[in-house]
Amino acid sequence: MMELKFSLNGKKVSTIIEADSLLIDVVRDLGCLSVKRGCETSNCGLCTVFVNDKPVLSCSVLAARVEGQNVTTLEGLQEEAAEFGAFLADQGAEQCGFCNPGFMMNAIAMFRENPHPEEEEILSYLAGNLCRCSGYEGQLRSIQTYLAFKDSQKGGV
Amino acid sequence: MRVVNQPIRKKDAMSLVTGKPVYTGDMVDKNALVVKLLHSPHANAMIQEIETSVAMKVPGIEAIFTYKDVPQKRFTMAGQTYPEPSPYDRLIMDQHIRYNGDIVAIVAGENEKAVNKAMKLIKVKYDVLPAVLDFRTAKDNETLVHPEENWVANCPVGADNKRNLCAHEVSGHGDIDAVMADCDIVMERTYHTKANSQAMMETFRTYTYMDTYGRLNILSATQIVFHIRRIVAQALDIPKSKVRVTKPRIGGGFGAKQTSVTEVYPAFVTWKTGKPAYLVYSREETQTCGCPRHEMELTVKIGAMKDGRIRGLEVYTLSNTGAYGEHGPTTVGLSGHKPIPLYNKYQEAHRFSYDVVYTNVQAAGAYRGYGATQGIFAVETIVNELAAELKMDPVALRELNIVREGQVMPAYYGETCNSCALDRCLAATAERIKWNEKYPCKDMGNGKIRSVGVAMSMQGSSISNCDVGGATIKLNDDGFYALHIGAADMGTGCDTVLAQMAAEVMECDVDNIIVYGADTDISPYDSGSYASSTTYLTGNAVADACTKLRESLQKIGASIMGCSVEETGFDGKKVYRLEAVEGEKNEVSLVDIATASMVNNYYETQFTSMVSSPVSPPPFMVGMAEVEIDTETGDIKVLNYEATVDCGTPINPNLARVQTEGGIGQGIGMALYEDITYGADGAIAENSFMQYKIPTRQDVGRIHVEFEASYEPSQHFGAKSIGEVVINTPSPAIAHAVYKATGVWFRELPITPEKILKGLQEKNK
Ligand code: FES
Ligand code: FES
Repeated sequence: MMELKFSLNGKKVSTIIEADSLLIDVVRDLGCLSVKRGCETSNCGLCTVFVNDKPVLSCSVLAARVEGQNVTTLEGLQEEAAEFGAFLADQGAEQCGFCNPGFMMNAIAMFRENPHPEEEEILSYLAGNLCRCSGYEGQLRSIQTYLAFKDSQKGGV
Repeated sequence: MRVVNQPIRKKDAMSLVTGKPVYTGDMVDKNALVVKLLHSPHANAMIQEIETSVAMKVPGIEAIFTYKDVPQKRFTMAGQTYPEPSPYDRLIMDQHIRYNGDIVAIVAGENEKAVNKAMKLIKVKYDVLPAVLDFRTAKDNETLVHPEENWVANCPVGADNKRNLCAHEVSGHGDIDAVMADCDIVMERTYHTKANSQAMMETFRTYTYMDTYGRLNILSATQIVFHIRRIVAQALDIPKSKVRVTKPRIGGGFGAKQTSVTEVYPAFVTWKTGKPAYLVYSREETQTCGCPRHEMELTVKIGAMKDGRIRGLEVYTLSNTGAYGEHGPTTVGLSGHKPIPLYNKYQEAHRFSYDVVYTNVQAAGAYRGYGATQGIFAVETIVNELAAELKMDPVALRELNIVREGQVMPAYYGETCNSCALDRCLAATAERIKWNEKYPCKDMGNGKIRSVGVAMSMQGSSISNCDVGGATIKLNDDGFYALHIGAADMGTGCDTVLAQMAAEVMECDVDNIIVYGADTDISPYDSGSYASSTTYLTGNAVADACTKLRESLQKIGASIMGCSVEETGFDGKKVYRLEAVEGEKNEVSLVDIATASMVNNYYETQFTSMVSSPVSPPPFMVGMAEVEIDTETGDIKVLNYEATVDCGTPINPNLARVQTEGGIGQGIGMALYEDITYGADGAIAENSFMQYKIPTRQDVGRIHVEFEASYEPSQHFGAKSIGEVVINTPSPAIAHAVYKATGVWFRELPITPEKILKGLQEKNK
């Protein structure tokens, strides 16, 4: 048992963890239920969160490692999620939704890193985010229509 | 139509994309007992001794149950209408262990650590028995998977546990042997498909607790709340009135959640301890103790004339149901009854026979396509083989032979095909992929070849003369409506699709319909969301209930206006006199009718409809795959997938499109990657996403979907199903494309680079 202090979605939190506690379980315990688990082998990407704004698989990070760091989950990115998510919704590609939080997190990270990704770059950046429902095509359309919308917004200003 | 056939956003969309806590695992009481299962490391064994007293001493352990503690009434975990065709061959736990992974003990404790520790301290002595691991040797094997005397088959499906037979049947029409003898060409081939996992992202999970009334509440990721109520009551041997089942959002089902994989275990814990309990299967458990697609070996015989007319088809299916018979007797039927009618035009006779066998491997279950997928791989491939033999274009061969609107389909239970755009699907897909330019293949240089392949598919829409669709529509204050359904939205969007249908009939906005489902205490009975039934059948129930409500609203309006109901109309906002009368009240708003219905009211404002269907109208589809093969490495890439679907009226074109794209994605996985293999001890090698590779977004190429709508007269809006038909074409279309590039037929799935390379080497020898 040990105390862990870190910043979660901009708020300072402190909680008691065990040495082998995983970040996914700790953030879920702290109420960030958007974070989902789809595997035990770091293959699905559902559990993606940001540590210091970099996407990581929270199922593969010991909670103790985030001492003093900034952790962000989709709960902390509601505006961005709603903005881009609307484009996913307009394709009907959110489907069961279980993979959506991890996909959203990585998509947001991609938009920040590379505001104008090519199709191949999108597919490669998000290759670690599995989705069993959509066949990925609708997710790709949502990204492309969102990017076009962002561009047109900038063009309009 | 105003609301139907519109690409409306899913009602739950914004909650899902913003990650709201709406799934089973998000709603569990933090104090719930953690439940885990101890699994057998042997494929066939008797438990000689099981010692739990040391494990019970671990601090925090609440209960440990073994086969000694559970009721002795056998049941099936298959979510099917009673009496289930699946045999009653399960106990919650049995002394006889039947596959590597079978359940040996249930452990419940305050936290995961304690439970894990206790699991390690349970001592089990097994009497290990010889196991039946190869399904080709199962029938009449001296090792019996179910030797027990209290094994029960509820329906006459040809089952015999003393022969390892879960089902057996021979059916057909015409004199198949005479027709074959008279054909110019007769071919026979054998195909093999594996036990694929549904691999929905949310693994199996169930939360249980007791409520105010001393009733067992089950909150579960399930497609079948009403069947779960029956299954759990039977397994626990308690009255059904003591059980309530609800489902929240589901993280994918694909048929996996049409079997009661996890419900009975935490239910048993809660019933025994009175405490809330939660069981979540790991991915490993979901892969190894789930309910995958039935492995099948299909021998197909086709008889045709030199001009391409297909006159006879014969299918024999050997299906592997594994250790338990869930969905065994029923999935197999689709392996013949779905593909054979596709070639209806000149078909004079067919024969379809099957054996479904028990083996000592993971029990199979329901997976999107439900046997049709396997049968279509086999029959579509032999038709492509026939085209090659006849040196005919496989698209032209299909055009000649396919079923057309108005035809009676003897191999499809004698049903008449009343809506069919398969011919248009074929033509449209060929045009979009530029079949005539790309067929058969193109050498790209540097050892790479691009080629195209084709396949067709059909499915059903609900189980005829069996499934029940139910819907309740209720008027509320201000004139909004509540739609209650027992069908289960598992990401498919049926909450929205059914609301669209209600809004169409009520002539209102889809936002004016709130949807609630599914809850066995509140929802009208519905068989559940499986067998491609919801849009077609529950949709009809929605339309019917709404039509009744409209009539009642007009009655209330008429009574307020003081006229007869025949003199009124309803336009969604008001009831009005068809011919206005001066000086009289000529209209009443919906809001006023809603208000009036809550004061001194003598009229119904809530209607339930239950419907069944004597037919199961098939949706149709054509898929064409373009692949690139590296002949040096065997590497294969899907570049493009063109598909055209006839699902009747697409109620929500966006959702229909994504269903299709998703089904094709899964189908590509089945064709190229997804395999389940067993070790000598019966253990599954592909027990994680590390080994069981489902397609990533870099593996599916570009999928492009269009619709060619027919109009199904037996559905209120002309709709047929879409959920399952879409998974069937990739395997045969890709196998065909691979043949075109390599000259080798691959008759066993998945078609991996290793197999392609080996095939090429053998051919070049
Ligand atoms: S849960 Fe699958 S990668 Fe983390
Ligand atoms: S939407 Fe269901 S897994 Fe992606």
